[in-house]
Amino acid sequence: MSDLMNRRDLLKLAGMGVAVFVTGTTVRAGGSAQKKNESNDFYFVQLSDTHWGFNGPNINPDSQGTLKKAVAAVNGLDEQPDFVVFTGDLTQTTDDRKIRRDRMAEFRDIVSQLRVKTVRFMPGEHDASLDRGEAYHEFFGDLHYTFDHNGVHFIVLDNVSDPMAAVGEKQLQWLQADLLQQVKNDTRIVVLTHRPLFDLAPDWDWATRDGAAVIDTLMPFQNVTVLYGHIHQEHHHMTGHIAHHSARSLMWALPQPGSTPKKAQIPWNAAEPYKGLGFRNVEAEVAEARYEIQEFPITRG
Amino acid sequence: MSMKKILHCALLVAASAGLFLQQGATQFAAEMRNDEQVIRISASTFEYKPSEFTVKKGVPVTLELISVDRHHGFKLPAFHLRADITPGAVEKVRFVPDQAGKFTFFCDVFCGDGHEDMAGTLTVIE
Repeated sequence: MSDLMNRRDLLKLAGMGVAVFVTGTTVRAGGSAQKKNESNDFYFVQLSDTHWGFNGPNINPDSQGTLKKAVAAVNGLDEQPDFVVFTGDLTQTTDDRKIRRDRMAEFRDIVSQLRVKTVRFMPGEHDASLDRGEAYHEFFGDLHYTFDHNGVHFIVLDNVSDPMAAVGEKQLQWLQADLLQQVKNDTRIVVLTHRPLFDLAPDWDWATRDGAAVIDTLMPFQNVTVLYGHIHQEHHHMTGHIAHHSARSLMWALPQPGSTPKKAQIPWNAAEPYKGLGFRNVEAEVAEARYEIQEFPITRG
Repeated sequence: MSMKKILHCALLVAASAGLFLQQGATQFAAEMRNDEQVIRISASTFEYKPSEFTVKKGVPVTLELISVDRHHGFKLPAFHLRADITPGAVEKVRFVPDQAGKFTFFCDVFCGDGHEDMAGTLTVIE
């Protein structure tokens, strides 16, 4: 077992086709590079809910610095990922069209400092709901799209530009057509989206209005994993054989679903700065259709 | 007004008064109209007025929902209710509360920076 494996606390999720590693270090397993060279295996980094433009000293007094620290942390990984994904809420929402665009420009400038130059974006409701994705499209392109990497078919779904949190019939038809044309029953599929596709906490509006239709569309395929954001914490759930994994935020943490009467931001704790914030590595073992998720804090432990 | 209706109203007022004493002055009791409990709720960024109201179990309720600024939503999962609230229209939602307790309702149409705080509480009394 590598040094990393000795340091990290392995949480096995039986039957989920995934292993989640909680680590206080940004050093990766020494054996991974060799394994990666021998197969299609690869890894990528997921960052989420950066909320650039948020201002709340009691929630995150380092709101101007947290994203930059995360970029530095990703750049400091010994082995660089094949690509980076941002699963929405890149910016904090605003009614002001100019401020919205200023925030997107600033966000884009900051993440342009990533050493990895393949970066995939998708919107959150803070980016796209008030103008149905107009500004987001100007800066980051399509709101839903697909790409392929080493035998894995990635599908980016937009469940936020409709302010009612729906994917919508038109996008559902696009998804069905993509699956029909691009995908076999055993193709490895990773869906990237912002909101949970299942009803995680209806009282807190942690759901996608037509998420069940998306899941029904994906259900015939054997190897489907969904990575998302929105809920500002790590969470793992199965709908049938489809695994859903949410990521931490890079701005503030939220309580566990239904654990408190109100879905309130968790205040900053000076004794444990950045607690609950972080990013993750996702290592794809393509042949096995298996994903290892490794959670990292903002700063090195 | 029939004696039955008068008695009904009196019971509601008395029950609501009890809640006022227990929970402060933010509770808002329904108005009785044609054997229905009617509540008019105004939505604006980022609050409902009233944000807390009380109705009686088993008596039909009509919510009259209006928006004073932009498109908002109203979702009450415990009773499987939702509605869109748009400026210039009154959206009526009818239901019969069949369970007592406190139930959260919230805006499910993203309306801006503060949307997550746009919520309220329905109290159903026996």
